[in-house]
Amino acid sequence: MTKLLETRDLHVYYGQNEALKGIDLSFDEGGITALIGPSGSSKSTYLRTLNRMNDLIPNVTITGEITFRDQDIYAPQTDLVTLRKEIGMVFQQPNPFPFSIYDNVAFGLKLAGEKNREYLDQVVETSLKQAAVWDEVKDHLHESALSLSGGQQQRVCIARVLAVSPQIILLDEPTSALDPISSSQIESTLLKLRTDYTIITVTHNLQQASRISDRTAFFMNGEVIEVDDTKKIFMNPARKETEDYISGRFG
Amino acid sequence: MNPKLSNRIAISILYVIASTIVVILAALLGFIIISGLPAINWHFLTSPARAFTAGGGIGIQLFNSFYLLILTMIISFPIALGAGIYLNEYAKQNWVTSLVRTAIEILSSLPSVVVGLFGFLIFVVQFGFGFSILSGAFALTFFNLPLLTRSIEEALAAVPNEQREGGLALGLSKWETVIHIIVPAALPTILTGVILSAGRIFGEAAALIFTAGQSAPALNFTDWNPFNISSPLNPMRPAETLAVHIWKINSEGIMPDAKAISSGASAVLVISVLGFNLLARFVGHRLFKRFTAG
Repeated sequence: MTKLLETRDLHVYYGQNEALKGIDLSFDEGGITALIGPSGSSKSTYLRTLNRMNDLIPNVTITGEITFRDQDIYAPQTDLVTLRKEIGMVFQQPNPFPFSIYDNVAFGLKLAGEKNREYLDQVVETSLKQAAVWDEVKDHLHESALSLSGGQQQRVCIARVLAVSPQIILLDEPTSALDPISSSQIESTLLKLRTDYTIITVTHNLQQASRISDRTAFFMNGEVIEVDDTKKIFMNPARKETEDYISGRFG
Repeated sequence: MNPKLSNRIAISILYVIASTIVVILAALLGFIIISGLPAINWHFLTSPARAFTAGGGIGIQLFNSFYLLILTMIISFPIALGAGIYLNEYAKQNWVTSLVRTAIEILSSLPSVVVGLFGFLIFVVQFGFGFSILSGAFALTFFNLPLLTRSIEEALAAVPNEQREGGLALGLSKWETVIHIIVPAALPTILTGVILSAGRIFGEAAALIFTAGQSAPALNFTDWNPFNISSPLNPMRPAETLAVHIWKINSEGIMPDAKAISSGASAVLVISVLGFNLLARFVGHRLFKRFTAG
């Protein structure tokens, strides 16, 4: 069976500095994969190469291969717009645009030229429901998204990504700027989404990784030390480094 | 000296300095407004000036000031917006960018009378625009462009980077991100900058003496065809503004009520500039609230 997303011998250099040292990882459809590891282990760098957000950084060199549905995403004919619609991203800091909640969620579709009001209404509602924030915002969809709390903003950002119906959702420490209650709401949102979407999340919170993910990849110094079922990684890791990190001996 | 005492002394000195500034400003404004207020009435604000007899107004000058302001903004805002977007969003940190920045800084430190003389040579003489609103608007654009560019650039820089990433991650191009997300997000600050620079343009005299001219020919306020010479909208007519009028009355005014007219016009000018400042605060505050709290 072919993989949905696969990276082979992926190297990323910032100038002379090698941030990723040959990553081979693949992702099947569905489920949540957590990327864990100490700070500076380049797990965010890895995540950001998957939708080519790293292209923006000056002096970056990327070698190796990333295929999404057997297409090389770094091939010259790749359409970045389509790619980033297929592979959406949610950031550490909630970043709703300074528009209304409705316009935030409808933004991707509107820009793609969608004008049918009924269809937009429907997508906004479905997306906000999927992101588990509909009940809280349905009565003030036309108020500024910036008036929401951090946790609500983050779920609106998730809804914004869902609205363009991606295949994969990348999350870069989505809860690290949020309080525990908002974090657990985001976690349960992600658990509901795991059947319909392929989710890859970077997290510093090991409990979170063990609670929500199906698979865990442990990164250290730009390399993947171990990748396996989450249960296996946390209960019975194969590598000494993984065990040390999981048990809090370093990192 | 113990730290508590030195702290107290420092604070009192700072208080004295701050209140001195406020007192100077209040005294200045108070003097100008109180001495000018008696001259201001509807007739004064609407009727044309008289050269030799008493009872003239500042109607045409006041209109000229606003018209010139609007024309200047129409010319300078798009340029400043483009330059601000380029500098903040696209320019790489290299010698070209620092050259552009240095050029803008030098332009902003040019004395306005020099800008006026330059405008005279280029627009009035070389391009043959004559003493006209158009020449004045171009000269004021030179004068306005650096500060407006700087304030737009700062407004864009204040938009957090997460907004740019959010746009790009949704599959927007860089240009779409700038136009659909960054500029709207910066709009309250940009508008504040525009209105504040409007206040500066409104009060400018030196750059206009040699460009927009020192005469205010009679206007026919029923004729709005910009191609007619007596139409208020004609951009090719000479147009003395309020600030230039004040300068002129004080240097060569021979009407008997010159002093009263000068005080009245000064008060109108100061009140207008104050108005621009208050408007800037109000509009910026309102937009900020609308964007953040519904």
